[in-house]
Amino acid sequence: MTELIQSVMRGLGSGSVYALLAFGFVIIYKSMGVISFAQPALMLAGAVLVTYLVSGMNFYLAVIVAAVIVALLGVGIERTAIRPMIGKPVFVISIITLGIDVVVREVVNGFIGLNVRPIGDPWQLDTRMVFGVEVQVRYLAMFATTMVLVGLLFLFFRYSRMGLAMRAAAFDQEVALAQGVSVGGVFALSWAIAGALAAVAGVFVSTEAGVDQNLWIVALKALPVIILGGLDSLGGAVVAGLAIGVVESLVGTYGVDVAPWLGGEFALVTPYLVMMLVLLVRPFGLFGTREVVRI
Amino acid sequence: MSGTRLWGRPELYTSYRQDMALLNTGPKKVFVGVLLLVGLGLPFLVQDDLLQLLATGCVAAIGAIGLNIVTGYAGQVSLGHAFFIAIGAYTAAALSGDPDGGTIGFGITSLPVWLLAAGLTAGLAGLIVAPLAARLRGLYLAIVTLGLVFIGLYVFREWTDLTGGPGIGRQAAVPDLFGYRLDVDGTFFTRSQKIYLLMLVLLVIFALLARNLVRSRTGRALAAVRDRDIAAAVIGVDLTRYKMIAFAVSSFYAGVTGALLYIITGNFVPESFDLLMSVQFIAMILIGGVATISGSIMGALFITLLPRITRELPAVFPFIGDASGGGITVYQVEAILYGLLIILFLIFEPRGLYGIWIRIRNYWKAWPFSY
Repeated sequence: MTELIQSVMRGLGSGSVYALLAFGFVIIYKSMGVISFAQPALMLAGAVLVTYLVSGMNFYLAVIVAAVIVALLGVGIERTAIRPMIGKPVFVISIITLGIDVVVREVVNGFIGLNVRPIGDPWQLDTRMVFGVEVQVRYLAMFATTMVLVGLLFLFFRYSRMGLAMRAAAFDQEVALAQGVSVGGVFALSWAIAGALAAVAGVFVSTEAGVDQNLWIVALKALPVIILGGLDSLGGAVVAGLAIGVVESLVGTYGVDVAPWLGGEFALVTPYLVMMLVLLVRPFGLFGTREVVRI
Repeated sequence: MSGTRLWGRPELYTSYRQDMALLNTGPKKVFVGVLLLVGLGLPFLVQDDLLQLLATGCVAAIGAIGLNIVTGYAGQVSLGHAFFIAIGAYTAAALSGDPDGGTIGFGITSLPVWLLAAGLTAGLAGLIVAPLAARLRGLYLAIVTLGLVFIGLYVFREWTDLTGGPGIGRQAAVPDLFGYRLDVDGTFFTRSQKIYLLMLVLLVIFALLARNLVRSRTGRALAAVRDRDIAAAVIGVDLTRYKMIAFAVSSFYAGVTGALLYIITGNFVPESFDLLMSVQFIAMILIGGVATISGSIMGALFITLLPRITRELPAVFPFIGDASGGGITVYQVEAILYGLLIILFLIFEPRGLYGIWIRIRNYWKAWPFSY
């Protein structure tokens, strides 16, 4: 039982990382209909920035500063490389983000070097008792931070003027334009939010074992998450992120006992397998909008 | 029906067949002929190491043509090309491998046999994936095929009997053409010359097959699916059937590529079939030209030769160091160039190298007038 709860909590921790990343993906998708493959690079950039900033300031402040810088980086990317492409097929824009990912990642790698950079988080390996079970504090912190951030964003979309503008632009860009919504501003803001969320997610991921050049691969697990939740569903991204995290963690804990022939690291591919199975039944994910096709 | 050609009127076609011909203008015939001659003459003109690179380029071109059939012509974005390449590579290596070696091997070294088997196995894998793909569109499909790459990577890493395991790898297929070994130095040709000529001939064959496929009824159906799938369905194109054809043919080409790719280096490891490989093939067709066969070949050669070009950069730009020194290294420049080239081509010349060629051609067509 102890093992089960610990496994689930670990899953919720890593799942909240996926949820944060997936949230960024979905925000960009909703605003411009594009999957941004640049998220892994932004995540890596955020984590690396914190490793440098943390030597000069408080950890929490460093995370906030890094998130702001990465948000600005996101806006810069949107302005220079994405904005000129508006009106082109979405696939083309997505591939451009793939190119941006390669470029940004390569620049960031130059700052990482060959060694692992410690992130300097205050949680380390501290544990706390939850339901009579020892759970690492950082998983609790990840889960709580994610829930707070996601909650704030939902409130923002629901009640603020800009949030309303973003929902309007997601619904129909031309109509939104006609009502005086700055669609360009919406694009910029969605890239900024996605960048900031990616930076926070990057910090969470690197509490595991510091920052190295392979960290970005974690961010790709947000892709099955957004497909599972439905490309255009913010709530779906959170639910699917947590679900994938828990499933992965459970498979990692019990997979070796139940089915040893699958190999020791089978948990790594479970997100993709879950995604494929779900897509066989529901082609638009669990909460995605079914595409209405007409000629 | 055959029609006649009028001298001095190169673009006057008197029959449909003439218009649709493989080489429908005189200059095209001349250019293709010259290119073929140059290609065949290269082994005697350039150094062996460059020849190996060109051979790799030819093989990559076969793979790029395959990806272009599914992504360029049929419009189904696939990031899973590396997965199908891996299936081809392992089928060929297992068939021709040493039966007494450390990895699975059946000792069938005849090139045509394992080449076809590699293509067919990969094609079959493509057919198995296709029903899933036929239900999905656009970006959903891209991500599912990306998932294939990761699942494939995992399987190949774990299945050490077949792949030799990460970091160790296994011997590539043995090219034995009717008893004539192509991977050893011979009396007339060196190893590199033989392999290059083999790859060139295979590239010509596969390019011709692909070119004929895309100008046939099937090719037109694929283009219809790409341009507007519902409209295509309305005029009687069976969407599922043609998407499956596209995937199967594309995977066949990928399998062939995989089987051939590692003959040049001799050994390969399971972790080579990662997302980067898929992205490289996407880059090849985007930089070369989407939905063109000649563009695929240009793009593949360009991407394969890119490392060689960047290697020369430190001589020109002193701030770029080699691997040991500080500052920015050639390897970083190379990776950054991939990304930048994809971005720049998509923004400024979406038709790729093929588009640049068209522009040059049109300029000289009307020269000295501007139009």
